[in-house]
Amino acid sequence: MIQRGNGPVAELLIRTACDGLEALNIGGLSLAESAPQSLTTLAPFRGQEAALGKAMTAAHGLTFPPVKGSTLGKEGARAIWFGRDMGLLIGPDPDPSLAKHAALTDQSAGWAVIELAGVGTEDVLARLCPVDLRLAQFGIGASLRTELKHMMASIFRLDKDRFQIMVFRSMAKTLHHDIKTAMEARAARG
Amino acid sequence: MRIAGQGRVSGAKTVNFTFNGRHLMGLEGDTLASALLANDIHLVGRSFKYHRPRGILTAGSEEPNALVTLGQGGQQDPNIRATTQELYEGLEARSQNCWPSVEHDVLAVNNLAAPFFGAGFYYKTFMWPAAFWEKLYEPMIRRAAGLGALSGQADTDCYEKAFAFCDLLVVGSGPAGLMAALTAGRAGADVLLLEEDSQLGGRLLVEQEEIDGKPASVWLQRALAELQALDSVRLMKRTAVTGAYDQGTYGALERVGHHEMRRHSLKGSHRPRECFWRIAAKHCILAAGAIERPVAFRNNDRPGVMMASAVRAYLNRWGVAPGERVTLFANNDDAHRTARDLVQAGVHLAAVVDSRHDAPDSDFYTVMRGAQVCDTSGGKRLESITVRSVRGEEKIQTDCLAMSGGWNPSVHLTCHLNARPVWRREVLAFVPAAGAVPGMQAVGACNGTFSTQGALNEGAMAADVVLDALGLQRAEAAVPVAEDSPYQIAPLWAVPGKGRAWLDFQNDVTVKDVTQAATENFSSVEHMKRYTTQGMATDQGKNSNVAALAVLADVTGRSIPETGTTTFRPPFVPVSIGAMGAGAVDHGFKPQRFLTSHGASEERGASHLEVGLWYRAAYFPKPGETNWRQSCDREAMWVRRAVGICDVSTLGKIDIQGPDAAKLLDFVYTNTFSTLKQGRVRYGLMLREDGFVMDDGTCARLGESHYVMTTTTAAAGEVMAHLEFVAQVLRPEWDVRFTSVTEHWAQFAIAGPKSRDLLSSLLDEPIDNSSWPFMACGEVSVMGIKGRLFRISFSGEEAYELALPADYGDSLFRTLLARAETLGGGAYGMEALNVLRIEKGFITHAEINGTVTAHDLGLARMLSKKKDFIGKAMAHRPGLMDADRMQMIGLKPTGAVKELSAGAHLFSPEDPIERVHDQGYVTSVGFSPELGHMIALGFLKRGSARIGDEIRLVDHMRGIDTLCEVVEPVFYDPEGERTRG
Repeated sequence: MIQRGNGPVAELLIRTACDGLEALNIGGLSLAESAPQSLTTLAPFRGQEAALGKAMTAAHGLTFPPVKGSTLGKEGARAIWFGRDMGLLIGPDPDPSLAKHAALTDQSAGWAVIELAGVGTEDVLARLCPVDLRLAQFGIGASLRTELKHMMASIFRLDKDRFQIMVFRSMAKTLHHDIKTAMEARAARG
Repeated sequence: MRIAGQGRVSGAKTVNFTFNGRHLMGLEGDTLASALLANDIHLVGRSFKYHRPRGILTAGSEEPNALVTLGQGGQQDPNIRATTQELYEGLEARSQNCWPSVEHDVLAVNNLAAPFFGAGFYYKTFMWPAAFWEKLYEPMIRRAAGLGALSGQADTDCYEKAFAFCDLLVVGSGPAGLMAALTAGRAGADVLLLEEDSQLGGRLLVEQEEIDGKPASVWLQRALAELQALDSVRLMKRTAVTGAYDQGTYGALERVGHHEMRRHSLKGSHRPRECFWRIAAKHCILAAGAIERPVAFRNNDRPGVMMASAVRAYLNRWGVAPGERVTLFANNDDAHRTARDLVQAGVHLAAVVDSRHDAPDSDFYTVMRGAQVCDTSGGKRLESITVRSVRGEEKIQTDCLAMSGGWNPSVHLTCHLNARPVWRREVLAFVPAAGAVPGMQAVGACNGTFSTQGALNEGAMAADVVLDALGLQRAEAAVPVAEDSPYQIAPLWAVPGKGRAWLDFQNDVTVKDVTQAATENFSSVEHMKRYTTQGMATDQGKNSNVAALAVLADVTGRSIPETGTTTFRPPFVPVSIGAMGAGAVDHGFKPQRFLTSHGASEERGASHLEVGLWYRAAYFPKPGETNWRQSCDREAMWVRRAVGICDVSTLGKIDIQGPDAAKLLDFVYTNTFSTLKQGRVRYGLMLREDGFVMDDGTCARLGESHYVMTTTTAAAGEVMAHLEFVAQVLRPEWDVRFTSVTEHWAQFAIAGPKSRDLLSSLLDEPIDNSSWPFMACGEVSVMGIKGRLFRISFSGEEAYELALPADYGDSLFRTLLARAETLGGGAYGMEALNVLRIEKGFITHAEINGTVTAHDLGLARMLSKKKDFIGKAMAHRPGLMDADRMQMIGLKPTGAVKELSAGAHLFSPEDPIERVHDQGYVTSVGFSPELGHMIALGFLKRGSARIGDEIRLVDHMRGIDTLCEVVEPVFYDPEGERTRG
């Protein structure tokens, strides 16, 4: 407790988007909230894509992500494709030098970020997303914006059987519910 | 009757089940139909209209008669086809549309009244008196006619939906489909093969024939083993393609749990009954086979009369002879296989009747050539048939008649994009039109190619076409050798004669009904269908369409192709609503959006309102408060006298950056934002292209080329889409980028005379009225956390909105409440917020309802004359500037009744309360604790010129009729002094 002004002031506590939602293990698959990281959208200004890429390489060791793809930089920094002319920098706070070339917007608290992992993850997502997420079509490092049930989502393949899924923060509970339902249905088939 | 050693289920495990309460035994691999036949049960149900006894007609999903109900209560499944329902231990099936039992059905009396129930009966009889239809006739008809019924309880079963993708979708696993899948799969194509049956193989499972000199089952086994070993091939059983849609999209229904007892374990309860698949396929090979068609003759609907192909299917696959003295009636060579197979299995064949004078002979049975079956007799089971030939009529004792009028290719899916099938005279059948569905090729029986060799060849050839298109190399492999006899058939649709000859078994439509329709000039096939209801039952006329139109062609003197088919529509097989709506029950219907303050609000007993997808606190009851109005009044007074806290995070927040950000804002708002100083906020109004108001809100300038726009909660998505449209289509040359930050910020209104005191105690740097004047904004720090502060007010009090990253939302809300409470205030909800803004005449989407202009709102001064903006030209149309338009006004009650209601209409006191005298309507109401009476906002014709007038408010819905005074739409502090502090 620190004293400030005329009353006691507690520290402001952090509650992540999925706070209070249980991690799941169903049918050999796991669902858990990802460790919080900085999320920054990068929207390059007119004709600045190349210059932004250079600045990103210099500062974070990665380039602007290709359409439906992602890039990997130093210390786990990632940039994933996040829709038309937009990337999402995950991990570090963006270097100020990037601001010359792109609109940088902090989204760190705006998204529920979860990881779905295990053999059969594709079958769960096939119940929720109207896109082909099989490895041959959606390889490791691929990133898409698509629908997950009724929500707009970002789907990013971290590994063969590991996906990062993001929806708006306010919909975390629905995301958890919808994925849980699909996990249970898949497990009940086995 | 089961024949020992016969069929593919021979030696299988025994399965116990019940039918209408009778305990029976079948074998694993049986369908309910084959098990019933093995138990000599032929009477399965009653017909739709006449309650005639009906048995099993087919052995597939086209079955019109043998419909049963399974399950109880919320799990009751009506209209289950016994021919596709797999038998499982403990299955309980019962007949439907009969009372008290299928054996003794009271409503069979309808059958006696049949002469009155012909085509168009309902239309002609129940025309008058009109009032009788709803009250008397319809309930009566609904009670008497029908198939299975739902329980009336909510479905407690689980269903799911899923998506699949492939290069090649193969529909059907008969010889054509298997050959296509093998050819494509060997070349490495991404193949998805769907089969509606529980086993793969199609007709190969039910026919006695050879492939490559060995029994077909040997080749089948080898083919399936090879397909299963191919990584790129996926095989799905129990999955029927239900529809073909644009761009290679197909719908399919997978029966996941229908073949097993429901399990009540936790895991079992999640097991879906059905899964509805949406499949995107680059190519499709349709190998859906064909459906054998009945011949219409008198009493051809008696239990025991079956399709010839079904009789041999029961014999060859399930080892069941559907009768002890079987007869055959056909017009084609193919049906003679049934006779051959029955004789080989040692079943007594009583007669083979062929309508053709040149029908083939056999060493094993005699063929009555040029003869026709013209009647049957028996009660609930066939006892004899009457055969008419040049020798006259003779009766033959038989308990099962196998009939065949030829085959109808299953062209359904090829017609779903509106193509019509083409008549091919050699096979007397409609076949798919070439290119009917882009990317789809029909092969085998579905294409009118009825020999096994032909099916194998076409399957392989179609796969080659797909491989070429995919750029894949075909592996060298010969097509196996199989039966290749030509398809010999002569026309026979209906046997002439008296009495009722059934065409549509499911909807009780006879040859006579079709003739009657034509006589009454319903001669178009679409009119005939609707007049007679032919093809309108759950089988969608699979068994009857072609024969019915052939009869219609005959009586109208046209050819069959001239007459044409009715429209084939999805679904190919019935799909339960549960499967189509899978996942949409309860909260699955739509996402729920929760605020960071939701938990703390719930702890305080808040009642929540749904606002779009958001849940917002309506009010926070205190102990002793018995209704919401008490809470609302208290919360509103807190804001007027002390300080209130309200979560306003649901408002849309759009971060806008770039050299042309100001230009974009000047273009989308009616007023100017390029002149706004940094660190200041301005209220803005947006119009649609047509000049009507789209949305309003504030926009803050955070930097030289950095703004954050606020939208209403309701229009957050719409405004975002609008900005995208403007930036991508109207002004693509501008360098401006924007993104939604609604979810990143938790934003709270801190409103009331003590709001600044509260903030100063909380912020790391205190604020004062000169450094943070009305409409100032900027960065602040709260306990070391960076946030944004906006001095804006939706309540008319000195007020601020404080935004912090949403991770801190819960904690910040609790802190704000604790501080507000020490200052004599606290949380306020949507109800109080609404009262406060009505007092100030601030608008929401209750007012911006899509029909109002800036002029109507009294905001015409916000339409800049110095610049262009979206909607400017259209907003200045005379019709939109007309002084006669309804304009926003305030209302306060002056009559005896002090109640006002939103949705009420306004009338001049002297006018009658009639639509033509409507003067306007009320959009928002609330009780103002400050003023001590109700207040309202609304729109009134020439409203701004009628301030001080008396007006009559009428709400028929709520029974309110009162007099009001028209007042300025600002009830409280019209000069805005309180806001400025």
